[in-house]
Amino acid sequence: MAYSHRPFAYRTPPGVTAPEPRHAVVIVGAGPVGLALALELAGQGVPSVVLDDNDVVSVGSRAICWSKRSLEILDRLGLGAACLAKGVTWTVGRTFHREAEVWRFDLQPEAGDKMPAFVNLQQYYVEEYLAERALAEARIDLRFRNRVVAVGTQADHVRLGVETPDGPYALEARWLVACDGARSSVRGMLGLDFAGELFEDRFLIADIEMKAAFPAERRFWFEPPFHPGQSALLHKQPDDLWRIDLQLGRDADPEAERRPERVIPRIERLVGHSDFRLDWVSVYSFQCRRLARFVHGPVIFAGDAAHVVSPFGARGGNGGLQDVDALGWRLAAVVQGRAGAGLLDAYDRERQVAADENILHATRATRFMTPAPGAERRFRDAVLALAAQAPFARGLVNSGRLSTPCVYPLPGAPDDARLPAASRPGAVAPDAPQGAGWLLERLGGDMVLLGVGCAPPAVPGLRGVAAEINDVVRARYLGAAPRALLLLRPDQVVAARWVAAAPGDVAAAAAAVWEGRA
Amino acid sequence: MSLVTTPNLADPDGFYAALLAAHRGLSEAESAALDARLVLILANHIGDRAALEAALALARAAGGR
Repeated sequence: MAYSHRPFAYRTPPGVTAPEPRHAVVIVGAGPVGLALALELAGQGVPSVVLDDNDVVSVGSRAICWSKRSLEILDRLGLGAACLAKGVTWTVGRTFHREAEVWRFDLQPEAGDKMPAFVNLQQYYVEEYLAERALAEARIDLRFRNRVVAVGTQADHVRLGVETPDGPYALEARWLVACDGARSSVRGMLGLDFAGELFEDRFLIADIEMKAAFPAERRFWFEPPFHPGQSALLHKQPDDLWRIDLQLGRDADPEAERRPERVIPRIERLVGHSDFRLDWVSVYSFQCRRLARFVHGPVIFAGDAAHVVSPFGARGGNGGLQDVDALGWRLAAVVQGRAGAGLLDAYDRERQVAADENILHATRATRFMTPAPGAERRFRDAVLALAAQAPFARGLVNSGRLSTPCVYPLPGAPDDARLPAASRPGAVAPDAPQGAGWLLERLGGDMVLLGVGCAPPAVPGLRGVAAEINDVVRARYLGAAPRALLLLRPDQVVAARWVAAAPGDVAAAAAAVWEGRA
Repeated sequence: MSLVTTPNLADPDGFYAALLAAHRGLSEAESAALDARLVLILANHIGDRAALEAALALARAAGGR
């Protein structure tokens, strides 16, 4: 059944009738990134105003593949269960060349995490869940049909011009967070350069409704018989919807390719019948580009407004939620005066590294899929030809390297070489079963000192948590060591770890986190 | 492992003949495709990134541009 886009209520904002006091945080864009940030800030006790020019959730499935890390973040915001219940869980991806399967991967072969490797869930559901939660949250002032038309930056605040159905008004914010997507109007109004690579190939992206017994796997084809010379991708979604991405080549006419009489026969060839309903169609070309910096004085960029990638690898929506993860606790600390504004430089630094990693992987995948004529094409075809016969070549087949959280470089962080790589400084703390619950449920939102195989010593400003020991905890946190102490940031990233530490060492490492050094 | 650039084949003329034989009867495009597959197979066999980088640099330099 087609999703019904119910408009959210518009209310006249107070600023239309009388000037509003300066807000601590104004967020532009009520997509997944903007709404998740507002909820993250609210959880930290920081109120925000969220402005969106529209009054409905997104049209079309768009960001459908939510990674384990995104699900963990959504779970912290109280939406994990809803996303799991509605979404289609998958861990296996299969890649075909012509008629033969050349590569099969299982992203989560072992148990030990609350969240699966991926859940497919249309972006509009995620936005709906986030918006409902935001509307019920007293600290979030969510304003639909409020379009930002002017941005004036000062050293310590931003002045916005906003248009509404009741006319224009002005708004001031100490911090403006632009979460307004790939075509960010804030970015445009500030005239910031958005540099990177544009790919020439066009892709048809469609949601179709049909009853089908295909398993919940990611299926990718190079040069399939039903779509000669191009690539195709199929994902299962809830509501009997299927997401199809078809490569169309460089010379495709986007207007013509969007027409149902053109789209339907292409999909008929893929699914083998005509018993489906076309729900949404779009024709894209892809880009990998980013802002040089994500923090510009009082204006902060997150999500697609800061960086865009081609979709193979599911690094757009997931990268955006990880921006929220890195930004929320820091911005809250700055707003509440618990840290200086320099802490936001650490957000900028870490997410630039992550954006570069995402862009690197997305660019490589897109290039493999759409090789330039000549040597690029020749080597791509050589890999595919070999993949059927030689196992080594399967690892070179690139239909997208799927999103995993960036391990931030924290070169000065205390570490101990005896402890396993999975929980090294800069990595998100790996999950593990704990009684009837999970380790990550006990972490996050504040700074935690995690004791594994020992009681964490009392250190001011840190919440001590003692982990229950089991095989997963041992493998991910101890290795051959008898015990470990881990300092975990509010975003559940490991800031430092020791086999043995004095409270003073731990306090010094915590201070480094709040100063933006780790 | 550094790249071996001194003689390392027991029967260089024999290998050279085998290489040409592998290309016999192929079109220009088929030959280029075979070379591409061969490069990938050999690169995987070598496995050492530094040696491969040195080989890429040598091949490029020997072409004069």
